[in-house]
Amino acid sequence: MSLLQALLNGIALAAVYSLLAMGFVIIYKSMQVLSFAQPALMLFGGWWVVYFATTVSLNFYLAVLIAVVIAAATGLVIERVFLRPMVGKPVFAVAIMTIGLDLSIRVFAGNFYDVSPRSTGDPWGLNTFVFFGRLVINHRRVAAIVVAVAVLLGLLAFFRYSRMGLAMRAAAFDQEVALIQGVSVAAVFAISWALASVLATLASLFINPDLGSLAPTNYVLALKALPVVVIGGLDSIGGALVAALLVGIAEALTGTYQSHLTPYVGQNFSQVVPYLVMFVVLLVRPYGLFGTREVERV
Amino acid sequence: MLALKNVEVVYHDVILVLRGISLQVPDGAIVALLGANGAGKTTTLRAISGILDVQNGKMTKGEVTLDGQRIDHLSASKIVKLGVSQALEGRRVLAELTVEENLRLGAHTNRRRLGENMDRVYGLFPDLKQRPKFIAGYLSGGQQQMLAIGRALMSAPRYLLLDEPSLGLAPMLVQEIRDIIVEINRQGTGVLLVEQNAGMALTVSSHGYILETGKMVMDKASAELLKDEDVREFYLGLHSGGDQIRSFAEVKQYRRKKRWLS
Repeated sequence: MSLLQALLNGIALAAVYSLLAMGFVIIYKSMQVLSFAQPALMLFGGWWVVYFATTVSLNFYLAVLIAVVIAAATGLVIERVFLRPMVGKPVFAVAIMTIGLDLSIRVFAGNFYDVSPRSTGDPWGLNTFVFFGRLVINHRRVAAIVVAVAVLLGLLAFFRYSRMGLAMRAAAFDQEVALIQGVSVAAVFAISWALASVLATLASLFINPDLGSLAPTNYVLALKALPVVVIGGLDSIGGALVAALLVGIAEALTGTYQSHLTPYVGQNFSQVVPYLVMFVVLLVRPYGLFGTREVERV
Repeated sequence: MLALKNVEVVYHDVILVLRGISLQVPDGAIVALLGANGAGKTTTLRAISGILDVQNGKMTKGEVTLDGQRIDHLSASKIVKLGVSQALEGRRVLAELTVEENLRLGAHTNRRRLGENMDRVYGLFPDLKQRPKFIAGYLSGGQQQMLAIGRALMSAPRYLLLDEPSLGLAPMLVQEIRDIIVEINRQGTGVLLVEQNAGMALTVSSHGYILETGKMVMDKASAELLKDEDVREFYLGLHSGGDQIRSFAEVKQYRRKKRWLS
């Protein structure tokens, strides 16, 4: 495989990571809590896509739409039931709680589904585009990039132009000021969780870019969004994007070349690369590439 | 009429900050609330705006009423919707956002009349009108204070609570802020002005309250307060006669004039 091919795959990977990472950042910005429930939310949303697209055999896009609505509602419920009572409690306790949520969602939801991989029923299959005769990219990867870019632009517009988006930015910057101007900070929290849940659901469609399937073990892949946000700096959406690209490309390059260059570390070494990049970045900049200095070190 | 009756506020369940204070802001009036640091002025405003819980404070007694209706159990957002808006102490502009975005945030509860209110605020503060896309953090202190007041006005409040608008400003700018308060009031908004700068506050207001360690110790027409010996000495820094330095304890002999409990 050529270098260009690896870069292309890296960008597609970055698209998935950025979808997940934006969810982390949105929650972190509004609540100052690092949510570890993101991977579970991804599986949860993805399972609904699987259910509606293959079990009920609806149109795939309709299935995604329904799953997105369910995911948003789930985000709202989780925030209201589990996180709202924790407002004002130490963020460490809340973060640990999200780990519990992650486990619970995975176990409960997992019981309704197989542990074996299930097809998401997407229409992309194994179709590929071929450029210049050698550069191959499958439709699913292209879809991942298109969706990530569209979602990103949508989010930017939302935060810049909408009333609630502005309120969320204000609340992230100074909660008391937002309150005094009449913003319901509770609504800001709720919307953050709904958004994060929806973003995770969209990411689930592309988490296995070659197969288009979903299995409970895929949460490990989603967890790689965690080094991405830490590298980018927890409170920066732009940072998350840059870090997603960095990690995605590093991982793809390692996947392409590592088995020839350093065969002694074994196969699939690329899976570890996001964490290695994170270690290096944290050594130099403990607050991430674009994070605010005061932000808690993780 | 915006009124507080016997309000008692406790922080962290143990620190008693307001010990039963009462005050009234009549429709369309400017009322000054004076006091030293730590007297409880900001806490009074927090109690009105319903944001005590952010600092782990609680109103344990008394009531806040707006035209006779209790508002002390409402959320901050409802209180803003009812027409009570506050500009917090220390400007607190959203430094990373533009001037216009700060103002749009102020209109969060009153989106329908965004344009109208924006025009009004820009009319009051021509400086802001010239630079809507400017990042608020780079504005000068005076401009930031104007932005903070403007933001509070974006909800078109009936009552505007100002927490030390003259804080850290040059005398010229204090004059300017003073004129703006008069103009805002002339346009029909009642103002509760919390100040350390007693000279400024008392010349602009019709009525003044003096708060000391959580109690109202004086409550008079501003013109009378300006003439009061003790107020002149401790809040205006003017000595009436002689150069003998009197200790603070000697003069602290106010009695509460008003009693609400029958």
